[in-house]
Amino acid sequence: MELYQLTAHEARDLLRRGDISATELTRAVLQRITAVEPRVKAYITLTPEVALAQAAEADKRFAEARRAGTVDQLPDLLGIPLAVKDVISTAGIRTTCASKILDDYVPPYDATAVVRLREQGAVIVGKTNTDEFAMGWSTENSAFGPSHNPWDLSRVPGGSSGGNAAALAADATIIAIGSDTGGSVRQPAAFCNLVALRPTYGRVSRFGLVAFASSLDQIGPMTKDVTDAALVYQAIAGHDPKDSTSVNRPVEDVMSELGREVKGLRVGVPKEYFGEGIDPNVARVVRQALSVLEDLGAHLEEISLPLTQHSIPVYYIIAPAEASANLARYDGVRYGYRAEASTLWEQYKRTRGQGFGPEVKRRIILGTYALSAGYYDAYYLRAQKVRTLIRREYEKAFEQVDVIAGPVTPVLPWPIGWAMENPVQAYLTDLLTISQAIAGVPAMAVPAGFWDDLPVGLQLVGRPFDEPTLFRLAYAYEQATGWGKRRPATL
Amino acid sequence: MPLSRQDVEHVAWLARLELTDEEIQRLQVELSAILEYARMLEQIDVSQVPPTATVLPMRNVMRDDEVAPSLPRDVVLANAPDQEEGYFRVPPVLETE
Amino acid sequence: MTQEYEVIIGMEVHAQLLTQSKMFCGCSADYADAPPNTHVCPVCMALPGALPVINRAAVEATIRTGLALNCEIASFSLFARKNYFYPDLPKGYQISQYELPLTRNGWVEIEDDQGRPKRVRIRRAHLEEDTGKLVHMDGYSLVDLNRAGVPLLEIVTEADLRSAEEAYRYLRKLRAILRYLGVSTADMEKGAMRCEANLSVRPKGQKEFGTKVEIKNLNSFKAVRDAIAYEVERHIRILEEGGTIEQVTLGWDAARGRTFIQRSKEEAHDYRYFPEPDLLPLEVEEGWVDELRETLPELPDAKMERFAQRYGLSRKEAWIVVEEQDVAEWFEAAVQAYGDAREVYNWLTGEIFRYLNETGTPITALKVSPERLAELLRLVDRGVINRNTAKAVLQEMLQTGRSAQGIVDEKGLAQVSDEAALTQIVEEILAAHPDEVARYRGGKKGLFGWFMGQVMRATRGKANPDLVRKILQEKLGG
Repeated sequence: MELYQLTAHEARDLLRRGDISATELTRAVLQRITAVEPRVKAYITLTPEVALAQAAEADKRFAEARRAGTVDQLPDLLGIPLAVKDVISTAGIRTTCASKILDDYVPPYDATAVVRLREQGAVIVGKTNTDEFAMGWSTENSAFGPSHNPWDLSRVPGGSSGGNAAALAADATIIAIGSDTGGSVRQPAAFCNLVALRPTYGRVSRFGLVAFASSLDQIGPMTKDVTDAALVYQAIAGHDPKDSTSVNRPVEDVMSELGREVKGLRVGVPKEYFGEGIDPNVARVVRQALSVLEDLGAHLEEISLPLTQHSIPVYYIIAPAEASANLARYDGVRYGYRAEASTLWEQYKRTRGQGFGPEVKRRIILGTYALSAGYYDAYYLRAQKVRTLIRREYEKAFEQVDVIAGPVTPVLPWPIGWAMENPVQAYLTDLLTISQAIAGVPAMAVPAGFWDDLPVGLQLVGRPFDEPTLFRLAYAYEQATGWGKRRPATL
Repeated sequence: MPLSRQDVEHVAWLARLELTDEEIQRLQVELSAILEYARMLEQIDVSQVPPTATVLPMRNVMRDDEVAPSLPRDVVLANAPDQEEGYFRVPPVLETE
Repeated sequence: MTQEYEVIIGMEVHAQLLTQSKMFCGCSADYADAPPNTHVCPVCMALPGALPVINRAAVEATIRTGLALNCEIASFSLFARKNYFYPDLPKGYQISQYELPLTRNGWVEIEDDQGRPKRVRIRRAHLEEDTGKLVHMDGYSLVDLNRAGVPLLEIVTEADLRSAEEAYRYLRKLRAILRYLGVSTADMEKGAMRCEANLSVRPKGQKEFGTKVEIKNLNSFKAVRDAIAYEVERHIRILEEGGTIEQVTLGWDAARGRTFIQRSKEEAHDYRYFPEPDLLPLEVEEGWVDELRETLPELPDAKMERFAQRYGLSRKEAWIVVEEQDVAEWFEAAVQAYGDAREVYNWLTGEIFRYLNETGTPITALKVSPERLAELLRLVDRGVINRNTAKAVLQEMLQTGRSAQGIVDEKGLAQVSDEAALTQIVEEILAAHPDEVARYRGGKKGLFGWFMGQVMRATRGKANPDLVRKILQEKLGG
């Protein structure tokens, strides 16, 4: 086994024992990146110097701790290579949001999640590709070109955190953090046979996450297995006074959930998750996964979430509305791309017209329209009211069941280019990942098997702040099946 | 009801986005389709439903009135496309458009 | 002018709140003399990913102001994004309040143009953030973000004002309230308080309102008065000529003394307000409001009433010492030290105000303490010096800060109250001016003052005037 194939917890054990050094591990990952990057194009910016400096620092800490006999007290992620989605602010490292409008922007500050990972000693190897400003499903909307799915290089890795997914599946990083506004960590995880968690809204600080839709955005881990997801989650979760929407309540110890029994857990299976618009092959694989949960002692119950379909228009009003304001700051005055013009207003229009790509413009126009005079009540306000109903629908369902399970996405990874030609149809592929964001509940993607050698994901949705149950069930499922251990043959 | 060219142009003006003719035409079609799809929401009776602006139940999240250090000015201006004597520099701002 | 007109005015005031840090970040709000862009951080320069956090002190200042303006304090309020583009607005939206402001439905009492008390209704007083500053150069502009994010209180009246003078009095009253509360310097010249007026004119008796114009950037009390007066005149002239008034946004050119069009109706903004998703709602419970109510000082109106009643002043007179809290405090301390409020009032609003105005000194920097003024007045009461000497002594006190007694002693200014000595001086003067004595006795009573002057001159002003008068009357007869 190569070092770059390790999970974080495997690497941690080797590092603590002194069998490998952080520098060796980092070099192995950097070499792997060099080898596969021309084919997967997972990264926008690589940071080998930063990574090696951090790795050397980590080795120093290991050496000191070993002398002091305190190795076991070191942070779990010390010396572990980390990929950061390029919508998350990193001090001194270019943060482009995969947009021409920010292609030379270097933030002076770290996102809180990055601060916490840096404190643990994680080693940043680079910034990963995404749809521009996280708006998309495939990385096809990146100003730097699409990433490729390591399971089939002609297909998308999903998105918007597709760079992370491509890197993880290609073993071009050990762990990653992405952002999820309507499925952006879960869907690419499902497309690339990975684990990802969208935490409860408010669980992880958004400070430094470049805003797409503020009331929906959450940072979450993307990893090769459930244990790693738990380690990263544990590192980044928790209150941050810099984010008013960050919840001030202690983070449960999810590590202790791994290996606990799942017998008696009530798992709701919404019939809408297997209805119209779902690829029958995806449905078949996920049904199989559900039967495994049953074998593990969980009780399956069919439930109904009738507003599932309505979540799409709710999302495509609220998210663009918020985005239209969040993206107003890109005006070429203080940072980022500027198109020169003789008057300020010309400069604004050209800077934004040239700096943003088609999907971002589409959403800015849509969101601006939904908020504009005469349309606010019909679109934005109505969407917010339906949002209330979707929340209530989840609350009601969780009176009946502990976890809701189904597919992550209704489709298999599509060929590169499809979403660009069919943007409006592509919106519909968000069907199964949007409502959780609208309701603010946590949701996890776990490898569920394959159809035609393409990965399929199982989605587990929990009550607000009940990440522990999600980890418990996901871990039990992972141990029972082992789908996540499979690696793409093409690389 | 499909969006007119003027609708798209007006919204693009509000959003300060320069669009090509082709973009405007595409957006007319695409936005009309999305808004048509959004009519699904009209089926739901929301007359008695309060809107959700945030899913969080928290209120009164505030900080104490304490001064924290600002950024050094060279850092503030580090990414600026144009600057002059400590200011960001922009083309002339005319009162009307 | 045969037709009479009615003027309808509403005011919108923005007052910077006196907090240590900005509204949503920790940058110092005290940017007055700072070099450009030195009070700036990721939040207030709107770097990607930065988030706002509400400054509690700004919320409390707003609630306290709302209470002082007799407003309802909303138990539930929201921040909203007000979307528009301008280079002094880093986020491309201003965090403000829209549908659910912190306070609303209050009033401020002023005097109308007939001197009668009148309530100006306050529609709302809400919290928002200030913008940065633009410096216009030749062919380009410069942006300074030090001011961006300073907490700003927006106070909006109903259209209850009926003249430029009423608008002026409203602003003076509002400024006094804000200063009493200590929530703002409300200094218009320094931009800490900025005004806009909505104005329309209609023929008296007409039901429908006239076309409304908005006058922005009124940056001094003079500008408010002049701009409104100018617009009223312009509207009436147009109406008289049978013309129509355009609905526009105007600016005020103080140098030329006229308004100019900033924006026409067609260019009206569509601000696309929506609830700010980065901030959570405010829920103000009664206990909190009660706590804040406890911190309110005696407000200008209450103080004015109390001064009028307790010190025997008219309300107009009382307002003169009440408008500035420091003056009111000085006045009360002096009254307490001396006893006779009228006497203190006259000296304060006469000699002392003149000195303050001429030298531009704030009363807090006055070298004469209320106790020292009392000492001076007691010297007059005891006949040690006369009123004229007292004025001269006060001038010296104002310059040097020395005590009245010290100045009187050093300069030998104590007045002559020795009857025998004064009688001798009077006799000498009468003997030296027989003609005048004869004319006086012949009925030219007006010469009495001339004799008084001669005596005062002979005593270098130190003679006790009451005594001199008595002796002169005796010696001159009748």
